[in-house]
Amino acid sequence: MSAFLTLYRRELSLAWGRGGGALMACGFYACIAALVPLAVGSEPERLRAVAPGVAWIALALSTLLSLERLYERDYEDGTLDLLALGPAPLAAVAAAKGLAQWTAGGLPLALAAPVAALMLGAPAAMAPLVFAAALVGGLGFAFVGAMGAALALGARRGGVLIALVVLPLFAPPVIFGAGALHAFSEGLNWGPGFALLAAYSLAAVALTPFAAAAAVRNALD
Amino acid sequence: MEKDGPGVIARLLVENLAVARGGRTLFSGLSFALEAGHAVALTGPNGSGKTSLLRAIAGLLRPEGGAVAFDGPEGPLDAEEARSRGLHLLGHQDGLKPARAAGDEMAFQARWTGGDAAGLARAAETLELKPLLALETRKLSAGQRRRLALARLVASPRPLWLLDEPLAPLDARWRERLGDLMRAHLDGGGLVVAAVHDPLPIAAREVSL
Repeated sequence: MSAFLTLYRRELSLAWGRGGGALMACGFYACIAALVPLAVGSEPERLRAVAPGVAWIALALSTLLSLERLYERDYEDGTLDLLALGPAPLAAVAAAKGLAQWTAGGLPLALAAPVAALMLGAPAAMAPLVFAAALVGGLGFAFVGAMGAALALGARRGGVLIALVVLPLFAPPVIFGAGALHAFSEGLNWGPGFALLAAYSLAAVALTPFAAAAAVRNALD
Repeated sequence: MEKDGPGVIARLLVENLAVARGGRTLFSGLSFALEAGHAVALTGPNGSGKTSLLRAIAGLLRPEGGAVAFDGPEGPLDAEEARSRGLHLLGHQDGLKPARAAGDEMAFQARWTGGDAAGLARAAETLELKPLLALETRKLSAGQRRRLALARLVASPRPLWLLDEPLAPLDARWRERLGDLMRAHLDGGGLVVAAVHDPLPIAAREVSL
């Protein structure tokens, strides 16, 4: 457990420093949100309709930014050898990386998401749900994304490969999350969509570290 | 060093080992045993598989054939357990992040492999790292980086040292000091397998690939 915390703290400070880390992701997120009115037209009616969906797509894309370097750096500089010979199994290493990725990237993005949704004209009452959904969905994004990063280890053009592996897997949380927000804005029951989103994220936390560990083993061989 | 437990390797057995990289067999039928208190110097030309052998012993590389086994004082050990608690692998790549302070990196490497605060202080003392600890690792010379990477060997006592060209970036004085460290490690019941081009500064059996 103490080894897990040691690694988590290091990963957190690395993720924070990685190319501006959180700030960069939030800036990217703001840029996408700002481009939407230019692309679909600035009528408030229309923007309000697309606000929840745009908030989700921007969130999914922003998560991709820092993934390429999550494992690649450690692979190139020999850190992965050290991590593989530590007291914690590789699955725990992968879990620590996913968790740090979520804390450093997902948390700031969850704070930015309601702001972007409000900017696009979503009702203020929706902000808490946007935050909660982005926070919970971000956990799934971070773990699935980290698995994709491990799978792409050693591949040329790893960044593009990660996006191709990971984006299809982002479909369920986008459906559930945007669905819950849409239901809320229509005055319908948003509970089931949110519950499915949480289930997806928890399943990702439970399962993806094992896949990531196997991918890392393979890459080291 | 602990006297017993899963991480105490008293004997390393390499049995009929074959290793291939990229479809080419580097070596096959390699067997040797190494007892506590002894060292092996791996020699051979570039590309003969010295690094691959070290990685195979560490379990990072799957051999084509044969096996690596570890014995404790009481008998055979679970290989995975022995590797995660009983060995240090020091390769060409030291895993030091360029933008991080040397002290932070040393502390992480040592704690991750099981070292404590006392061990860290001992390592900083032995390897004369104190003036370097506040610097970013990108500012260190190759020899200083190697000393920083060696710190975890001192800070966290694990019996089996797998060293890949440990002497290469070090100056004459530090080569000698590393020899002292290895000798002390062997006297304490440790084992050393080192891939080298220059002779090791300690008595070691030569295994050539």
